[in-house]
Amino acid sequence: MESIEARVRTFVRENFPVSSADVPADKSLLESGIIDSIGVLTLVTWIEQEFEIVVADEDVVPENLDSIERIVRFIERKSNSASEGK
Amino acid sequence: MRYEELLRESARRHGERAAIVHEEGRTTYAEFDAAADRFAAALVHHAGFENGDRCVLFLDNRFETAAGIFGTLRAGGIFSVINPTTKADKLAYVLNNCEATVLVTQASLLETARVAALQAPSVRRIVVVGGSAGDSGTLDYAGFLSAAPARLQNHSPGIDIDLAMLVYTSGSTGQPKGVMMTHQNMVHAATSITTYLRNSEDDIVLSVLPLAFDYGLYQLLMCVKMGSTLLLGKSFVFPQKILPMLAAERVSGFPLVPTMAALIVQLKNFDPTWAASVRYLTNTAAALPPAHIAKLQEMFPQARVYSMYGMTESKRCTYLPPEQLAHRPTSVGIAIPGTEVWVADDAGQRLGPNVVGELVVRGGHVMQGYWRNDEATARVLKQGRYPWERVLHTGDLFRMDDEGYFYFVGRKDDILKSRGEKVSPKEIENVLYALPGIREAAIVGMPDPILGMSLKAILVLAEGAQLSPRDVMAHCAAHLEDFMVPRTVEFRDALPKTNTGKIRRAALQAEAEGRAFEAEDS
Repeated sequence: MESIEARVRTFVRENFPVSSADVPADKSLLESGIIDSIGVLTLVTWIEQEFEIVVADEDVVPENLDSIERIVRFIERKSNSASEGK
Repeated sequence: MRYEELLRESARRHGERAAIVHEEGRTTYAEFDAAADRFAAALVHHAGFENGDRCVLFLDNRFETAAGIFGTLRAGGIFSVINPTTKADKLAYVLNNCEATVLVTQASLLETARVAALQAPSVRRIVVVGGSAGDSGTLDYAGFLSAAPARLQNHSPGIDIDLAMLVYTSGSTGQPKGVMMTHQNMVHAATSITTYLRNSEDDIVLSVLPLAFDYGLYQLLMCVKMGSTLLLGKSFVFPQKILPMLAAERVSGFPLVPTMAALIVQLKNFDPTWAASVRYLTNTAAALPPAHIAKLQEMFPQARVYSMYGMTESKRCTYLPPEQLAHRPTSVGIAIPGTEVWVADDAGQRLGPNVVGELVVRGGHVMQGYWRNDEATARVLKQGRYPWERVLHTGDLFRMDDEGYFYFVGRKDDILKSRGEKVSPKEIENVLYALPGIREAAIVGMPDPILGMSLKAILVLAEGAQLSPRDVMAHCAAHLEDFMVPRTVEFRDALPKTNTGKIRRAALQAEAEGRAFEAEDS
């Protein structure tokens, strides 16, 4: 299966037309104009469906979502804690 | 009174009070006042700025934007704040349209600013916040200020009938128009609004609305007038970062647009302590659904909720007194204090209750016209009661109920509202036609619970052309502000047309809204 990063990149590229294929993993998606408030909602919905995890309101912060790198780490963390709980 | 005198007055009254709380810290009224003085002196010193010259501020929500606004006024100039997501072509259009002398920007926007300024011979200086000095025309902001005197000596900036600002707004023709406002216009509007909001010097207002948007700009202008504190945020992308500030800073006023309200009402972790100090909420740009109003009142039990309506051409037209909200949740209320509004027929005659017509606005807040665009001005500013008076024909259809409260019905032209911003389908269609392979294009608004209208491009491709929705959106994103980029793209074999071959956008819009469309060939 594709890596989480590859899946996130594909999603961002297909849904946010401002982004380029090679946006650096640590670049702020907000400051670079790639994502806006509606984009964040789209991203959260996608993460919940694609990775079958629940994103709480308090998770929707730049620390978790404002770069490719942060999104990947957030998904990994959430997936781990979800599988531990099973 | 000229507007910049209000800053001087607030600094004199309580210089140590926080005027603006921003990402980099807190700036007091005394510091703000001194920064405006220095900015004014720097404009004259570095750019030979004269009374009536234009300074364009292509910046996001930051302290330097506020200093630039008041500094420009103090130098006798006219400012215009431009949305930071504006692309180079449109910025160049604005710079040329207002023949700007100085362009102030920030490091992250410098590339766009440079490209635009190259096409605008009037620009003598580019000043970059957080940048380094580049070619001869470009100055770093810190250097721009430090090499100038602390304040202008023996300089008269002018009087209150002078033009103070240009606010660029989308027009149905596709080219932005500069709404001209004098100091008098701004003082009138700010006085009226702060009266019905019952603002005082003790207010603390949290605004994440862009300063390029007059609703956001007036949060700053009104705080300066009252001597109150403005918390200036850059965006509402992460509500979890903004909402706790309401409690931490004991915020009393929180201006919203419907998209923000939609994001707030769906939060499951909303903490009631966030709302405890909030005395009022305001909404404008588009109507809030009654369900959102009810939910907001539940979440902010102490807050008076104001539904308002306005357009850049007169800043604000109406507000609904909060005590009326339960009785008429869909009304946008009555004329703001010191002004008049009425519903008129096509001949300009006043209509009685329950008849739909165009809303007309009268008062000291009505603009002077569109900058160097007499034709567009003549379409909206018409003869008023006195020979010298002109009233604003808003282009918005309204009706009034039996008790004199007003209700928005729709637009007379094609303008759409998305994310609370005015969108000209024509402007987007012009950009789409520049993309090779597109033969026909129409932009429609799809009803959307969060955006109000979500923009959709309906396209017919030229024979043999191959374009994906992503290609189309990427092209739009490269040439238009974010809020104008279509969210969806649909390809068709043909678009409906009139007998004269014009695309029937209205029919497509009706289809998008699920309405029946009565064809009338024109």
